[in-house]
Amino acid sequence: MHRTKVKVAEDALDANTTIAEANRHDFDHSGVRVINLMSAPGAGKTSLLEATLPGLETRVGVLEGDVQGSMDSDRIAHLHVPVVQLNTDAGFGGECHLDANMVRSALPDLDLDEIDLLVIENVGNLVCPAEFRVGEDARAMICSVTEGEDKPLKYPLMFRACELVVVNKIDLLPHLSYDLEKLRHHLESVNPGAQVIECSARTGEGTEAFAEWLSGVAAREAAAV
Amino acid sequence: MHELSLATGIVETVIRHADDRRVTSVQMRIGTLRQVVPDSLDFYFGICSRDTVCQDAELELEIIQAKLRCNSCGREWELDLPDFRCSSCSTGDVEVIAGTEFEVESIEVNEDSVGQENQSEAKEEAGCIAPR
Repeated sequence: MHRTKVKVAEDALDANTTIAEANRHDFDHSGVRVINLMSAPGAGKTSLLEATLPGLETRVGVLEGDVQGSMDSDRIAHLHVPVVQLNTDAGFGGECHLDANMVRSALPDLDLDEIDLLVIENVGNLVCPAEFRVGEDARAMICSVTEGEDKPLKYPLMFRACELVVVNKIDLLPHLSYDLEKLRHHLESVNPGAQVIECSARTGEGTEAFAEWLSGVAAREAAAV
Repeated sequence: MHELSLATGIVETVIRHADDRRVTSVQMRIGTLRQVVPDSLDFYFGICSRDTVCQDAELELEIIQAKLRCNSCGREWELDLPDFRCSSCSTGDVEVIAGTEFEVESIEVNEDSVGQENQSEAKEEAGCIAPR
């Protein structure tokens, strides 16, 4: 037997990147800007969308990623916002994140010509979603004050992947021994210069800043993936 | 836990380059910023590679230490703690120059194994010949 060494020198996630570029091409073609919204489970992704999407002047659609169930997409549908549910347990092996191919499979159900902004609500998880581009223009994450201030240090990959970090549930601060200053310090260490918005999706405090950010992304020019 | 998805990516990449030849080893370059647990990756690679040309291939990892460069003062350093600010000039304007790799560097294939049905024989053979 003789063995040969074959030079590969290829990113092992190149296949995903190629599909992400195809998604991006379709989004650009329809003039749709796309946000990949990530967080740990229960940080308030859907609640924040409920608090901000109805007041938005931009035509927005939502792609809901969950392992299973349509609870989140039902909530978004109540707002009369076009929404598509993507369950990762159906044919995807119960994946803990959305990848470019899963998003691609949902595109036929989305009328891209009817929207200017697409929010992709990723599966709740602070690790895997950060690895997979889906064709988005911007990545944002939510960390809620019930999760502890040290999360940026524990999940630097996620915190560095995002241009915006939303700190949610600040209405609970009086009941917690949570130190916002400490969180800001850790955030500054891991992703210096990231935009930070502090808000409560429940009371509405600070959510207008997130709505503004959404509108800002919708107004952006198309850029390379 | 992202190692399952990552292992799938490795297997898919290797299959594309193997040209149907049996793969005996895979050389990977992985940056520390990818937060990969080697044992876990190895475990999932074993599962994902079943019934493919990568079955029984050895996964060899070269871990790349994360390195940063300060765009302001030009200092370069190896990242230990997750602190991405420059300790010399305190700026956050830093560039990651190493540590994000997740690359299949090369693979080693058995040239005699194209379309070979009997895998156990191939394995036995591989066991008694040292790699070149």
